[in-house]
Amino acid sequence: MTSAECPVCEAEVEPEWEVERGEIIDCGDCGAELEVADTEPLEYIEAPELEEDWGE
Amino acid sequence: MTEATVIGGSGYTGGELLRLIVGHPQLELGQVTSRSKERRTVTSVHPNLRGATDARFVHPDDLEDTDLLFTATPHGYTMEEMPRLRDHADTVVDLSGDFRLDDPAGYDEWYDEHPNPGMLDEAVYGVPELYRDEIRDASLIAAAGCNATASILALHPLVESGIVDDEDDVVLDVKASSSAGGASANTASHHAERSRVVRPYAPTSHRHQAEIEQETGLDVNMTVHAIEMVRGIAATAHALVEGVEEKELWKAYRGAYGDEPFVRVAKSRRGVYRYPEPKVVEGTNYCDVGFEVSDDRVVAFSAVDNMMKGSAGMAVQSANIALGYDEGAGLGFNGMHPV
Repeated sequence: MTSAECPVCEAEVEPEWEVERGEIIDCGDCGAELEVADTEPLEYIEAPELEEDWGE
Repeated sequence: MTEATVIGGSGYTGGELLRLIVGHPQLELGQVTSRSKERRTVTSVHPNLRGATDARFVHPDDLEDTDLLFTATPHGYTMEEMPRLRDHADTVVDLSGDFRLDDPAGYDEWYDEHPNPGMLDEAVYGVPELYRDEIRDASLIAAAGCNATASILALHPLVESGIVDDEDDVVLDVKASSSAGGASANTASHHAERSRVVRPYAPTSHRHQAEIEQETGLDVNMTVHAIEMVRGIAATAHALVEGVEEKELWKAYRGAYGDEPFVRVAKSRRGVYRYPEPKVVEGTNYCDVGFEVSDDRVVAFSAVDNMMKGSAGMAVQSANIALGYDEGAGLGFNGMHPV
């Protein structure tokens, strides 16, 4: 399995499974939630924070 | 096996040394000295060691030759006695402040005039993350102070990477536990007075500032508060520097500590403990370090158990290096959660 750099802290994040585009994986060093932006080659972007749904 | 004797074994750091020695795979406990507790069992003072040792305290005048000598005595004792003590052991690890400063003038300023200034050059400052190679050949190791250890390890990557230098203003805020004050009671340590305090302690002239400035090269503005903890030191350093990026800090801290067995970078975007927290490292030899950055300020954090990485634990880590043992021997505890 390949790895890619965390866009927040530059740690190498290597998933131990076959990831798919859009999947969320957290960085083991800084804890940032990363979204798999591409798989060939593997690339992450920082996942957007979930915004509060006030039900309105 | 290496025989290890503890001078000043009735104090808190002395007791912590005993706990580590009796659990160490390559050390065996020799004598344990105490003037005030002579002939009493060690477990009468350190009940956590029940079943682990049947040793009794001996008077320091009855000290016998040994392999490794730990001195856990109040300031002033070893600066007088070290020439005699070194005759008893090939390796001495001093946990007091008596051999930490390089410059004898520093003792005039921060402590008392040093009676053996020529011996200061022979002592290696006992922070393995800074002086591992020197400790390997050392026969006299000056274990760092607890507040100093936390502060130096928080600041060291910033200095090494050039993010902070001696032109920058650095404010150092240290929060200290009650055990850092030692085992001797006084009015201020009486439970009714000590409990729940947030008490400024040496607001502008804490002695550990001398070794922090010596080892970082920075001019620090340090204040220590005594707070409601039995074990632990939390250090927060504010460096007023502009334009630093978070990725630079990651690079600096990884560069300094990526291969270190007892320093962990604790900075996370998730979870309850996002930055260093003393209770997470309680009982362990870890120093957790972390950081945060804004446009005009870098904040560096660290947390240690003052009895472990802040004194006895790091003393054993240094002894392991000096004796050629595995650096982590006897120091494998990972702490507890929750605690």
